[in-house]
Amino acid sequence: MSDDVAIVGIGIHPFGRHEGVSGMEQGAIAIRKACEDAKIKWSDLQFAFGGSVAAGSPDHMVSQMGLTGLQFINVVNGCATGGSALISTYNTIKSGAYDIGVAVGFDKHERGAFRVQTGKQGERDWYGGSGMALTTQFFGMKINRYMEEYGITQSSLAKVASKAFRNGSKNENAWRREALGEEEVLQSQMLSYPLTQYMFCSPGEGGVALVLARADQAHKYTDKPIFLKSAVVKSRRYGSFEVLAPSLALDYADGPTVDASKAAFEAAGIGPEDIDVAQLQDTESGAEIMHMAENGFCKHGEQEKMLADGDTEINGRLPVNTDGGCLANGEPVGASGLRQVYENVLQLRGQAGKRQVPNNPKVAYTHVYGAPGISGVTILSA
Amino acid sequence: MGQVSINENVMDLTPDGPRLKGMRCNNCGNHVFPMQSGCPKCTSDDVEEVQLGTQGTLWAWTIQGFPPKAPPYLGEANPEKFEAYGVGYIELPGQLKVESRLTISDPSLLKIGMEMEIVPETIGMDEEGNELVTFAFAPSA
Repeated sequence: MSDDVAIVGIGIHPFGRHEGVSGMEQGAIAIRKACEDAKIKWSDLQFAFGGSVAAGSPDHMVSQMGLTGLQFINVVNGCATGGSALISTYNTIKSGAYDIGVAVGFDKHERGAFRVQTGKQGERDWYGGSGMALTTQFFGMKINRYMEEYGITQSSLAKVASKAFRNGSKNENAWRREALGEEEVLQSQMLSYPLTQYMFCSPGEGGVALVLARADQAHKYTDKPIFLKSAVVKSRRYGSFEVLAPSLALDYADGPTVDASKAAFEAAGIGPEDIDVAQLQDTESGAEIMHMAENGFCKHGEQEKMLADGDTEINGRLPVNTDGGCLANGEPVGASGLRQVYENVLQLRGQAGKRQVPNNPKVAYTHVYGAPGISGVTILSA
Repeated sequence: MGQVSINENVMDLTPDGPRLKGMRCNNCGNHVFPMQSGCPKCTSDDVEEVQLGTQGTLWAWTIQGFPPKAPPYLGEANPEKFEAYGVGYIELPGQLKVESRLTISDPSLLKIGMEMEIVPETIGMDEEGNELVTFAFAPSA
């Protein structure tokens, strides 16, 4: 393992709905907090990567942060936008080009399911026009088939959602902070069979910033540097089953999550058994279940027993989505992947308060998945 | 006032029903819908347009339980009048799995592996008052 890049400062703007606060402002607030955490000024940052899908060009924030002339590059990469800003920051420091920089992600989406418009210019949008092109449909179809194939029950879907809201109730930056029982989750409106309203996360708002530095300089900024062991983003291969696909191949291949996970473990030189806490993409509760297996933490089908045994609770064998995940935080696409890393830094520093994973977790894992079939994984160690 | 295809680049509307226009790769035989300029399997750009099959088996499904946003949706988006509809992937032998509306919206009537065939479905009206027709899959008669 190489210890060459460290996270030395973290900042978050609460997730949720914030009338009158632009997405970019939420990103700027997150940067100010991250700088404060690292005991530096904006002018100390040598470069930035900024990600946002729906809330403007991140580099425009220099006009309010300060015109210091730093290199500021914008990243847009679907649901892996935040993760891509992080991997770019990580690689820039690894390359030796700069010593300290920031990855920032923020977003502000309209209410309701993502509006996906795929029409070419001068053509009628047949895909969305016909009532397809909804990300929610993909998640419903994928988990519906998976449940039949591997014996996962609807009760397990409800358990995942209920855990998310319970964890969210212990997180002051979460959007949904009210615990919800399994029965309430099951009884809510059926949106995309077999998934009900409370099994889905909602597009939302929020911002996260992470200050990264060369590991050999990290102690200048913090007593508790957290080392980034690997950061990987993968797109899909031929034959995988992905969101927003008018057709799929007859052949079957693993999705980008499996590829990103394997590559991240290999780069870090460790395996799934070494992970103490994990944040996995939970666009809906079935996604968390499938991603437990796709990331190598169990075999397909074992999730049913793991959930019944409470293995993924905060005090369980493998705590998953300790901050409430996307279900309790919502999904501002540009910020979502960075929120997972923010949570893991808190957990590894021992600063997660009421939701702190016991026994000093040392190694932590994050995973994002989304349109159009892209996945990002990071592995952190204390 | 008649019936027109929702988009003639992806679907012909014939007296026998909708016919989908896909891509076949002349190098490796792979299929994609709709037509595109290169093959994602073998990377060849030697591809041609072909008509896709009209019958297959249900591979995955869900029920759309809330009105999609309009735009882009051309169907009934008013929550008061909206009716749920099925969405699934149908495996067309030797070609691909195509995503489609389903005529069935009752979960108890949908089973992975069931035989299905393509049918026309009127989704809305165009600017000239023609019925806009898209494709759906129904249980084989």
